[in-house]
Amino acid sequence: MQISLTINGKSHSNDIEPRMSLVHYLREVMDLTGTHVGCDTSGCGACTITLDGNAVKSCTLLAVQADGCEIMTIEGMANGEQMHPIQEAFKENHGLQCGFCTPGMVMTAVDILKSNPNPTEEEIRHGLEGNFCRCTGYHNIVKSIQQAAEQLNS
Amino acid sequence: MIPSKFDYIKASSISEAVKLLGKHGYDAKILSGGHSLIPAMKLRLNRPLVLIDISGISGMNTITEQGGEIIIGANCTHSQVLKSDLVKNKLNIVTQTVKCIGDIQVRNRGTIGGSLAHADPSSDYPATILACEAIIEVEGKNGSRTIDAIDFFQGIFTTSLAEDEIITAVRFPKVINGNYQKFFQSASRFAVVGVAVVKDGDSVKVGVTGVSDTPYRAIAVEDAYSGNSDAGSHAIDNIEVMSDHFADVEYRSHLAKVYVKKALEA
Repeated sequence: MQISLTINGKSHSNDIEPRMSLVHYLREVMDLTGTHVGCDTSGCGACTITLDGNAVKSCTLLAVQADGCEIMTIEGMANGEQMHPIQEAFKENHGLQCGFCTPGMVMTAVDILKSNPNPTEEEIRHGLEGNFCRCTGYHNIVKSIQQAAEQLNS
Repeated sequence: MIPSKFDYIKASSISEAVKLLGKHGYDAKILSGGHSLIPAMKLRLNRPLVLIDISGISGMNTITEQGGEIIIGANCTHSQVLKSDLVKNKLNIVTQTVKCIGDIQVRNRGTIGGSLAHADPSSDYPATILACEAIIEVEGKNGSRTIDAIDFFQGIFTTSLAEDEIITAVRFPKVINGNYQKFFQSASRFAVVGVAVVKDGDSVKVGVTGVSDTPYRAIAVEDAYSGNSDAGSHAIDNIEVMSDHFADVEYRSHLAKVYVKKALEA
């Protein structure tokens, strides 16, 4: 089945099987392996990307459902060598340990800050309900998102 | 995990979707947000041969006020409902309910119609639908009809929808005094127990999810209610309580009573 979509600002068109999940399309067809597969059952949030600006779990979407949509993955966040303020804040605050959950955390942070540019610590923690960090490094992840909010508002 | 093979059809109207359902019968499943269906397909618990995607049908994702009612289109995502000022101001119990469904990502995709049609015994919406006495609008090959919330849930993952019928919208009466209380399963964030209460003077309507394999109106609580929360002790009268590895019958029964009491007091 033919799908056409925009990924990180570039248009793509591919012929795929309807049963292919969006995360497998991104990783295996588009070679964008920054988006991870964790639990594969929409629990852990490692596969989070944005679809038309909203954070979604790409393991629980079929690629055909993204036909005509705009997707942003972790690879689309930086502007050349210049990291996105959220990425920069994760680096500055030691917001990652093993790094497996980080792309999903960053993409969820995009949604949190889009709908609430000045979130409280509690609102950030609630916003991360769908993202698991098995290193349990939540404290610095929350700090990173707080700093990113300040940076984006300044 | 990869689902078994299927054909994917994007329907452009409700009548086209109904026609396709009529043609393919139980071989077909309706896809909207897919957040219950796709995991079930990946686990091969469900193997439809045809997926009919209704997410692009226009007019099914609006929230409107008509007379004394708020009408939520079946394709409205939980995020959309959560962000609606109309719902927040005139149907706050629904705002409270959607706020505790899943997480941001799940709420961005899951829909009210999908959640109801799936009828997971631990999902949140059913308790609130029951307590609000909402009306479910459906369309099938014989035209449209409405189903009262109390007649909708028939058993575990089972509703009174006919094989060829699709939920198109849910109609809620405005609610002034209502609240939803939930005990979360901490990993999945499904409801171990969820209780919705709508109060109107001395009368109360109580919807309960997570406790039995079918969400129910706690009629015994409603009958016993006389303005205080003691009626919560009747939360599981005449109810067969579910048991699983998160909560056995004794614990779940206790939680049901505590959460009904909490909702009556709120």
